Amino acid sequence: MRIAILAGGRTPERDVSLRGGHRMMTSLTGIGHETWLLDPADTPLVEALQERRPDLCWLGLHGKEGEDGTVQRLLDLLAIPYTGTAAFDCEVAFDKVLAKDALRRAGVPTPNWVAIEAWALRDLGAGAALGIAVERVGLPCVVKPSRSGSALGVGFVEREADLPAAVMAALSFSGAVVIEAKVEGAEIASSLIGPDLEALPLVEIVPKSGVYDYAARYTAGATEYFTPARVSDDLATVVVEEARHAAAALGLRDLTRVDMLVDRDGRPQVLEVNVSPGMTETSLLPMAAHAAGMSLPDVCDRIVRSAMARA
Amino acid sequence: MAEFSIDRFVDRYAQRTAGMSASEVRALFAVASRPEVVSLAGGMPYVQALPADQVQAVVREVLEGSGSTALQYGGGQGYAGLRETLTRLMAEEGVDADPEDVVVTTGAQQALDLVGKIFIDPGDLIAVEAPAYVGALTAFGAYEPRYLPIDLDQDGMVVDQLEHALLQGSRPKFVYTVPNFHNPAGVTMSYRRREQLVALCREAGIPIVEDNPYGLLRFDGDPLPCLRTLDPENVLYLGTVSKTFSPGVRVGWALAEQSVVQRLVLAKEAADLCASNLTMLITERWFADEERWRGNLQVLVETYRSRRDAMLEAIEEHFPDGAAWTQPAGGFYVWVTLPAWLDTKALLAAAVERRVAYVPGTAFYPDGRGRNQMRLAFCYPPEERIREGIARLGGLLEDEEQLYGSLRP
Repeated sequence: MRIAILAGGRTPERDVSLRGGHRMMTSLTGIGHETWLLDPADTPLVEALQERRPDLCWLGLHGKEGEDGTVQRLLDLLAIPYTGTAAFDCEVAFDKVLAKDALRRAGVPTPNWVAIEAWALRDLGAGAALGIAVERVGLPCVVKPSRSGSALGVGFVEREADLPAAVMAALSFSGAVVIEAKVEGAEIASSLIGPDLEALPLVEIVPKSGVYDYAARYTAGATEYFTPARVSDDLATVVVEEARHAAAALGLRDLTRVDMLVDRDGRPQVLEVNVSPGMTETSLLPMAAHAAGMSLPDVCDRIVRSAMARA
Repeated sequence: MAEFSIDRFVDRYAQRTAGMSASEVRALFAVASRPEVVSLAGGMPYVQALPADQVQAVVREVLEGSGSTALQYGGGQGYAGLRETLTRLMAEEGVDADPEDVVVTTGAQQALDLVGKIFIDPGDLIAVEAPAYVGALTAFGAYEPRYLPIDLDQDGMVVDQLEHALLQGSRPKFVYTVPNFHNPAGVTMSYRRREQLVALCREAGIPIVEDNPYGLLRFDGDPLPCLRTLDPENVLYLGTVSKTFSPGVRVGWALAEQSVVQRLVLAKEAADLCASNLTMLITERWFADEERWRGNLQVLVETYRSRRDAMLEAIEEHFPDGAAWTQPAGGFYVWVTLPAWLDTKALLAAAVERRVAYVPGTAFYPDGRGRNQMRLAFCYPPEERIREGIARLGGLLEDEEQLYGSLRP
């Protein structure tokens, strides 16, 4: 099959995307596909796809454009099949303001939150409501850009006085922020792949600094990973059920990673879902596959088959 | 319960690599280096000014005339003919030097590493300017020092602070300084401060490491004597041709006492045997023609002066009240201090989104300061791009101010 791997782009996760993209290219070539890398930041995408039309696009882009439905809509227009979630569902899943609402409506547990848009602050005086936000969510809390990945722009707030700075930092990455209750517990990622979103072993994340930030994600050795996660079989079953519940609620396809916290009472809470999970050498989905005895080419093969079944 | 480790060497790395981690700022620079972004971040010399035909001629002369030498190993101290040339370059700034006291290094950056290697034991105290050249902090950092940060003002290092620290009992192994057109601060150490620093260090028996990459890039005013000139015995001097010729040839040097030279040569040989004969010969040949190198330097000084002017004018026009910036008389950089509530590291993502980039201030401090500061480089983009970049940044700062106001009921 002829597969164009879309990776790179103009977001802060450009490097991460390229690293994953090259790994995917090696894997897909290894199982007999003809592959090439397309970086939308270097090449006009539509022109390139028309010139050399692939049978499938592997979407390895991260961040805006790649995960928010933009590229997916374009590929729908060109009638080129692609891996992963459909445009509308991407748009919802990538935006934490929308995704958290969708999860709650579907009955998926997610930490308490408040969302604030930049323009509401600028034009509607929403700053005066920050105090209410803190009351609603409690301290400590986590401030996240609504549309960003790799924990970029995420800040932890212990004192109310530090909230404005954290909000400004998050707004540097996105037009809205989610202020979320900070849940103490074990951080666990559930990777799901294939047409039935089959669960790979859970990965438990223990950052040495205590915070799973950008450096902890992409510096080998900065974080300890346990897979399968150090939870009872019963709890693991519940965690996977909630992950699949979240994926179903958001209409995710082919591959996804659901990031969760298991609180001190053993209840899983969904923090976010990823429509384009990281595929680098320090990423969680490849790690989970490895624990299941699957090679990266095996993973790629399942995802390609899952995507092509729709074509 | 299997622990999965992505890097099987994880438990084997030296403690000193602990600080070598992935960073958000690096991730943003991957985007900032794209052509649509006006990058005021990197300090890349304007090598396009070099006349290509003349450089080609020099390379050809070297390969035709001295090919077998150029392609062979050389001595650890560096090619003697080039060391002679470098003493003439130093004489331009009034530094009297013997070629025997010069060690050629792979850029002045390697000289920083070698200085760290021969002087710093883990835990040693090193006095640095605050802010300081980030490359010196990372080069020394590998040898695990503690830092004694000394503030800078318009007249360079606040030597009184250093004196106070010495009186309090601090005993730094050496003092590291960039007296001319400081990176990142853009300021130049005044004559009075130079005398004060040299006298203080001499009396305390603390050597000075004087790093002078930008000295010949003076746009206005008269040159000041190098620290090395004021006290040849107590000052270890570092130079480079990266700013006067080309950073691609990777030619820098250290000028020091014979005892230090011997250790530097041994350390240099241990690190990489010798500098590249090919680029040392090219550099020597380039500087052999007075008219050629002076002509090129003149073009560089005029270009950079005009870019500095464009940047300062644009900052004056577009930056909000409450911002303060330095007025460099040479070099590559303007250093900006913004209101305390602004976090330049967090703001970088929004800046890159608006297609402009800078370096956040925290990188230049060993102690986490600099949150509300930024370094702007005027060396690389042409004037109209600089104006465009500063206008974009000014617009962003204005929006941030409005946002900040909205968060303070």
